[in-house]
Amino acid sequence: MDALVYLIPISLFLGGIGLVAFFWTVRSNQYDDPEGDRHRILSSEYDDHPKE
Amino acid sequence: MSDSTFPEAPTASACPACDAAPMTRRLAASGAREAAAPCALMLSLPGVHCALCITTVEKALAAQPGVRSARVNLTLRRATVEADPGVRAATLVAAVNAVGYEAHEMDASALSTTATDRQGRELLMRLAVAGFAAMNVMLLSVAVWSGAADATRDLFHWISGAIAIPAVAFAGQPFYRSAWSALRHGRLNMDVPITLAILLALGTSLYETAHSGEHAYFDAAISLTFFLLAGRYLDHRTRAIARSAAEELAALEVARAERIGESGDETVDVAKLRPGDIIRVRPGGRMPVDGVIREGTSELDRSLLTGETLPVFAEAGRVVSAGEVNLTGPLVVEVTAAGRDSSLHRMADLVAMAESTRNRYTSLADRAAGLYAPGVHLLSLVAGVGWYLATGDARLAVNIAAAVLIITCPCALGLAVPAVTTAASGRLFKRGMLIKSGTALERLAEIDMVIFDKTGTLTLGTPELDAPDSHARADLALAAGLAAASSHPLSRALAEAAERAGIAPEAVTEIAEVPGYGTEGQWNGRRVRLGRAAWVGAEPGDRTAAWLGVEGRLPVCFTFADRLRPGAEEAVRGLRAIGLEVALISGDAAPAVGAFAARLGIEDVTAEALPEEKARRVADLAAAGRRVLMVGDGLNDTAALAAAHASLSPASALDAARVASDIVLLGEDIAPVASAVTTARSAVHRIRENFTIATVYNLVAVPIAIAGFATPLAAALAMSASSITVSLNSLRLK
Repeated sequence: MDALVYLIPISLFLGGIGLVAFFWTVRSNQYDDPEGDRHRILSSEYDDHPKE
Repeated sequence: MSDSTFPEAPTASACPACDAAPMTRRLAASGAREAAAPCALMLSLPGVHCALCITTVEKALAAQPGVRSARVNLTLRRATVEADPGVRAATLVAAVNAVGYEAHEMDASALSTTATDRQGRELLMRLAVAGFAAMNVMLLSVAVWSGAADATRDLFHWISGAIAIPAVAFAGQPFYRSAWSALRHGRLNMDVPITLAILLALGTSLYETAHSGEHAYFDAAISLTFFLLAGRYLDHRTRAIARSAAEELAALEVARAERIGESGDETVDVAKLRPGDIIRVRPGGRMPVDGVIREGTSELDRSLLTGETLPVFAEAGRVVSAGEVNLTGPLVVEVTAAGRDSSLHRMADLVAMAESTRNRYTSLADRAAGLYAPGVHLLSLVAGVGWYLATGDARLAVNIAAAVLIITCPCALGLAVPAVTTAASGRLFKRGMLIKSGTALERLAEIDMVIFDKTGTLTLGTPELDAPDSHARADLALAAGLAAASSHPLSRALAEAAERAGIAPEAVTEIAEVPGYGTEGQWNGRRVRLGRAAWVGAEPGDRTAAWLGVEGRLPVCFTFADRLRPGAEEAVRGLRAIGLEVALISGDAAPAVGAFAARLGIEDVTAEALPEEKARRVADLAAAGRRVLMVGDGLNDTAALAAAHASLSPASALDAARVASDIVLLGEDIAPVASAVTTARSAVHRIRENFTIATVYNLVAVPIAIAGFATPLAAALAMSASSITVSLNSLRLK
């Protein structure tokens, strides 16, 4: 049972990283153009002006 | 995807009244922001669909002088261009056309997606927090359910509480706000029991945990928040999609006018026009304002305003209204009323009056909440008081009361409506229909009668030659020869009819178009004319007609009928087949309307109806207990659209008509109207079914909770099972 003392904080921390990463993707408008991003990745040209 | 009205391009929002306010604010603001340094231009690109399209269009735009950056959004099929102030949208459109793509300028100020964006993003964040917390708390709860005891259980409860309390405090805010505003106005809504259940569950759980109690409901509180937020988010997304599509439709109509100033012509925003300004309206252009013609002769198509298909002659001194279309010659117009004073906007008063009836409509969800909220409060109060009287144990009584509130959670109720409307709206959107109002589906399902407008709704508003075979081939050939030089709708119809009949146009020389009258030329040494009756030397009739006059011969008359909108016959037949009465009410002249109605087999016909008469007819029918679906496109239909139980307008309709209606038909084909009613009916059927499922769950679970057997495990099971059943049932929608 002692392992819980480490394991619970670790699992919460890892989950928290995922949550923060999700926040970041939402805040940086990464869901604005899913259709376009899907196609842009196939373009051979380097995207000089990625959307900020 | 490249028909005349782009499915993804459409303008309108959840309620016309909410629309009007920001619109006027926007209008007011557009006058004030003139010094916006690098201007952002927006183009609609209905044709882009692949990776190559993106790079081609972006390169073409970036190559234009003055363009700082260009970015294509494939999801919205739009390009946002940042450019120096001098860059004109027309040059960008030409550049995109040059590389082979269709492009249209959009009025960026009509797109207010940022506000809805922020709201959607906020909901998504809350949903993510609730989901994250619910998963962790559930994991801990599983350990407790499977037998953790004593210190371990207490520790797990404390950790659950530490996760759940801040998460619920953050994620549940939309419910607290809505519940508070309802309570402040002395009303009860669904959010009041939700908030109470969440707070009571957290409070008792915290107390129980502090006293090493066995049951804590942290998991129930957080998963309740999660499920309900999921319902809210679905609801928000459905509306946001409809709203942005609707706004786009409005944004495509860039309101510009050509003002004749002292220093020459300049293109200005219609919002900047003032009475006394002189503007030029080119052939094919729509009148942006009310005014008086100063110079020029032409013909005006007033069908959007009155439903009349017969073009009227226009000359200096004639009063024109906003919304009329100039057909042949350029006109110089002095503005008498612009913007909110114009006749277009005065119609808004009529609409506002008619609308109050619709705002009184209570949705199924509200009606369910009206029964549910007080019922649940009473039940939990009775259970708590009953247990206290029976046992004298206050802690147990509060526990039971909280359990009842949680078990009767409106998860299923909160998901039942959004899940179905999302599925139904998505289905209708695929068929080219845009649901603007939240209750439109429910209202559409209730209708028992459909009233159509004629011009522009069941017809396309473009003429078609009547009985082309009844004319002598020589006459048609000569008329086609004259018509070829003109872009007047009647001329185009004549040329098209001749082509279809395989008749080669006669060679006519020295063709000249006389704006407002017709076309004339020389043929075999004689003067020939095609145009208005009086000009050719004939008696004018009451049908839309063009006359062909050859010097020394009697004039020949070509009559025209309005072209049927594709799918009009199927729509009428389909609506009849599902048991709806169909009526036609038009502002057009009686003979034209009668002939048209006979073609479609509609018996209930009213012609020459004024806008007020249309609205009154709808109101009278409503007073007689009928539920009317009004389908119309013109300014004269606006009041009737607003007064009807449900309303639909094609994308080609006037902005005012689209704003007043619940549903916008994006394609040209009107046939999907009948299937929309069927879909709406089955959606409402599903909603009711979902309510029944939720009620059955409650009927089973509530006695258990009142009897005091409810455990956190039972609560979690009941809640998840009912939410999932309801969501799956919604997906069965056909």
